[in-house]
Amino acid sequence: MAKPSRQDRSAVDRSTQFELGHVTVEFHVNDNPVSVIASPVDRLTSVLREHLGLTGTKIGCDAGDCGACTVILDDLAVCACMVPVGRLSGRAVTTVEGLQEQDGALNRLQGSFLHHGAAQCGICIPGMLVSATALLNCNPKPSEQEVEDALGGVLCRCTGYRKIVRAVMAASEFAEPEVIAEKGCATGARIRRIDGVPKVTGTDVFGSDEVPADSLKLRVIRSPYPRARFSFGDLKKFVDCHPGIVRVFTASDIPGENRFGVIPQFCDQPVFAEEETRFRGEAVAAIVGQAEAIADFDDNDFPVTWTELKAVLCTDKAQANGAPLVHASRDGNILTGGLVRRGELESGFAESGVIVEGDYETGFIEHAYIEPEAGFARRVDDRIEVQACTQSAYMDRDAIAQILGLDESDVRIIITAVGGGFGSKLDLSVQPFVALAAWHLNQPVSMTYSRPESIRSTTKRHPSNIECRIGAGKDGKLTAMEFFAVFNTGAYASWGPTVADRVPVHASGPYFIPAYKARSLAVHTNCPPSGAFRGFGVPQSAIAQETLFDELADHLRIDRLEFRIRNALENGMATGTGQVFESGVGFKKCLLALKPHWDGLCARAATLNENSNGNKRRGVGVAGVWYGCGNTSLPNPSTIRVGITADGRVVLFQGAADIGQGANTVITQICADAAGIDIALFGLVQGDTYRTPDAGKTSASRQTFVSGKAAYLAGKTLRRKILEAAAAPDAAELILAKGQIIVEHAGARNTLILSKSPVDDDGFVFTGEGTYDPPIVPLDENGQGAPYAQFGYGAHLVEVEVDTGTGVVKVLNVVAAHDVGRAINPTLVEGQVEGGVAQGIGMALMEEFIPGVSENLHDYLIPTFGDVPNIETIIIEEPDPHGPFGAKGLGEHVMVPTAPAILNAICHATGARIRKIPATPDRVLQAFLSV
Amino acid sequence: MSEYAIPNSLGDALDLIATGEWRVLAGGTDVYPLHVGSVIRDNVLDISRIGSLTGIAKNDNFWRIGALTTWTDVIQADLPSAFDGLKQAAREVGGEQIQNAGTVAGNICNASPAADGVPPLLTLDAVVELNSTTGVRDMPLSTFIHGNRQTAIRPDELMTAIKIPCARDGARTRFLKLGARKYLVISIVIVSTLVDVSASGTIQEAHVAVGSCSAVAQRLSDLERALVGQPASINPSSIIERRHLSFLSPIDDIRATAEFRLDAAEELIRRALTDCLRGI
Repeated sequence: MAKPSRQDRSAVDRSTQFELGHVTVEFHVNDNPVSVIASPVDRLTSVLREHLGLTGTKIGCDAGDCGACTVILDDLAVCACMVPVGRLSGRAVTTVEGLQEQDGALNRLQGSFLHHGAAQCGICIPGMLVSATALLNCNPKPSEQEVEDALGGVLCRCTGYRKIVRAVMAASEFAEPEVIAEKGCATGARIRRIDGVPKVTGTDVFGSDEVPADSLKLRVIRSPYPRARFSFGDLKKFVDCHPGIVRVFTASDIPGENRFGVIPQFCDQPVFAEEETRFRGEAVAAIVGQAEAIADFDDNDFPVTWTELKAVLCTDKAQANGAPLVHASRDGNILTGGLVRRGELESGFAESGVIVEGDYETGFIEHAYIEPEAGFARRVDDRIEVQACTQSAYMDRDAIAQILGLDESDVRIIITAVGGGFGSKLDLSVQPFVALAAWHLNQPVSMTYSRPESIRSTTKRHPSNIECRIGAGKDGKLTAMEFFAVFNTGAYASWGPTVADRVPVHASGPYFIPAYKARSLAVHTNCPPSGAFRGFGVPQSAIAQETLFDELADHLRIDRLEFRIRNALENGMATGTGQVFESGVGFKKCLLALKPHWDGLCARAATLNENSNGNKRRGVGVAGVWYGCGNTSLPNPSTIRVGITADGRVVLFQGAADIGQGANTVITQICADAAGIDIALFGLVQGDTYRTPDAGKTSASRQTFVSGKAAYLAGKTLRRKILEAAAAPDAAELILAKGQIIVEHAGARNTLILSKSPVDDDGFVFTGEGTYDPPIVPLDENGQGAPYAQFGYGAHLVEVEVDTGTGVVKVLNVVAAHDVGRAINPTLVEGQVEGGVAQGIGMALMEEFIPGVSENLHDYLIPTFGDVPNIETIIIEEPDPHGPFGAKGLGEHVMVPTAPAILNAICHATGARIRKIPATPDRVLQAFLSV
Repeated sequence: MSEYAIPNSLGDALDLIATGEWRVLAGGTDVYPLHVGSVIRDNVLDISRIGSLTGIAKNDNFWRIGALTTWTDVIQADLPSAFDGLKQAAREVGGEQIQNAGTVAGNICNASPAADGVPPLLTLDAVVELNSTTGVRDMPLSTFIHGNRQTAIRPDELMTAIKIPCARDGARTRFLKLGARKYLVISIVIVSTLVDVSASGTIQEAHVAVGSCSAVAQRLSDLERALVGQPASINPSSIIERRHLSFLSPIDDIRATAEFRLDAAEELIRRALTDCLRGI
């Protein structure tokens, strides 16, 4: 062994050495010198956000798995969550806040992002922009591949990435003027997101971006076992022995009911478990204290004793005789079930020339939005205010009121920007904890879930076991279908009843089937609660139905697309629930729009496969979707209000949570055209239960349809009132300028001087309010009725390449046709489609949450830049008689057909039928080898 | 009481690590992910300012990859063809943010069974340089990693470099990684190969290493012996037998089954060797 070299030993500088206390570090951020006092091992993310107030840098995982915190350090893009601040002396950091031009204008890259619709919820966008900046600094004209490589370390759950790639490629020469919609032409225009600028400048306020300065922090103590009894030690002594910790909260501190849920008759989830926990990750207590004490706290120091109990983790075991009951009141662990029955099943199958059947299995799927749940609460006298990322302000209000024992009017919920929701942010997360603590302590309390905590404790997509049998005649016409799905609904009801209700209605797909019976069962287990996730169980059921359709078509030797066209539901045909639409059923048009692409891609696959001597095989698949917009068989009204102030501003009180899908923009576009007022004059007041009326939840693809219709009615009412004041006919034109409204018709002008007009208590001269509740007929005991006023339709075509040596599936092309009734904003429509396709790819090929195992974003995989191909969106506009300007919902439709189309394409390529997803390489290879 | 030290010289770093227990912090891409929702309670030795640990240099008969060399440094370095496989691996580590921060030496010290850097370095017969106040010792990478997250490094030692013999600079190498998505993915199977063909067209050296299929990535010496002496025109499929993979002991986990890992490893070995023999 050699001695260390002399040179090394004689180095001049003595080590900087200090205790793990606080040190002063001086460096540059966005060309400005900064000096911070922090622990040297603090992450740069927390220093930027908490010390310097630069909250544009986002925290998605603290583990380098998501890239949301990307900054440029000197000249390299790095994850700020893995940079110790202690090493930053003299170095230069660039964050999203440093990207704008000197004069504050958006730079070309930011402009390009807005123009291309590259930002949806916006939580990943700072990381995307900063990564792209590092790339463009040395490569102003990158290729598609170069963009993907440079940004590949940043995850996005909303966009499907393609618009981001295009925006970066176009950035260096970007000079497109902003799309301006003429008055009366806002609907149909590709205007930028109304809330877009803050999303590309890092100034949008998400759940964790705004915390009162005097706020305490909260940490939840959670069960390490799927089922356990527990008892606390001396909690008072614990607080006394832990300086900085102010108080512990448990179930006994809840002044109201220790219970919440999204469906009143199934309200069963405690804020804190009382004696027994029902899933790993369930809360039993919360500690509140100074930020540092809470961050430093080791959960193992909390005085709680656990006794692990026998748990049931799958629906088979939960339904077995003698299985422990998750809820004593629910026999057999059955939460509820659903049924739709129509026609004579036995005779239907008897008439079938071909019958196919299969058993299918899907697992938990995690929403994996890049923004973990976050928010704060403060007490204002005898009222409580909660500001958090949520999909539903009014449902949160009612739940918090029940938990705190307050009147609903004493609870104020303010919605922040929501960094992705996809259904899970419909349920409470941080809200009851911070509200309870702030209520008792009379001091603001905030919390942000860590990524593992978010994955462990929030709702998931329901795992399913599906048995399905479908018959068709020799003529290729469907005759009968029988379907039974058992859903693992986890420990609490959440949206389990909704899945159980919705799936039997939808399991037929948008096809005419004379004899139909579909049943569902929601079964409790000691798993995390399954809840709402884009599609409420329909993505699972569509896999069974659409892959069996391919088997039928193959047996009948009918082209698979032709088989679907032959059986497509049309106007005037009865659905499984006996509902008949006289207009608006645009499904067949979607299928026909795919035909040229289908023919081309099928021919190409045949040629390539014929000439292939290697392991790569091409395949093409297709699948359809229909999806009822709004609650199933239940009322779900929305109210939107709009007003004109004395100084001539138009204020839209828009309470529908914009979780990235674009409700702020679409609802404004609709209202502007209904009122006949230039959309550029509109300002928004967003979700705040003290300011905006109840626009319902952002769920069930209902905001464009239901809240959009309410906005339409509000706009019409506003217009009518103005016209009445001016005694002008409906055809008159409204011109708002300089504090007056000029009402012009047939050369006659009537000018209303707003500043001289009487105003209401809120300062408005004119207001319009619209409420809309879609007409439905509740389902009867056989599931017959009209559960939705409107369905939207679509079909996806997917081309894949399967590596038959490794089982790796690569999606090469997607063409997606969607009947949206009326595309209020085509760029946002494409954004929804591309993002839905990406989630469908994830569901088909890589996503499965295993409780206790994949509680991070490197074991739980979602698609990256390299996994989502080019997606062509074909917009079909078959107007809906109820929707605003004919518009239909779209948010969930877009992810339903992708996964079955991929499975069909895999089968087309290889002959391997996959009935258990995700189709990971090992499962694909095994299926291929057993063909 | 925990300490944080950021020495400017190796000597100072070695003095520190000789006393007390330290967690060494270089790229940070393994240390921070271990502390999600918790604080770092260890003494931290931040080696990022030690200039002598940076850079890739050629000495008389070996290449020296300093312990602070990042994956991006590897990608950008001008290196002979034998390093193509290592560069391919570098491009598949995480995403660019990880490649810019994470170090090759850290990848080794972290000793994950799925470390992307280890199989290509095994095919290059890499040696790790371990330094302490009592001296320097070199150890073959193949013996350095003992098991999952276990290495031969002593608590008073710092890995200062990875050394690769120049003898096979002209060899062809290939790295293939199988994962369930494109970027930011933990490998299901990793295969690295090195083939050196003589002027007469005979395989004179063949190295095959497989990662993610055992607690420690393995060289397949039986297969390597079977390949040596064969003509370069040979189809590797005619040589590879399942018994050659008997050193591997894959497990079932959330990413794949054990059986699949063996099948995929065999397939990737075939492809990687074919690429090497066909000049890629």
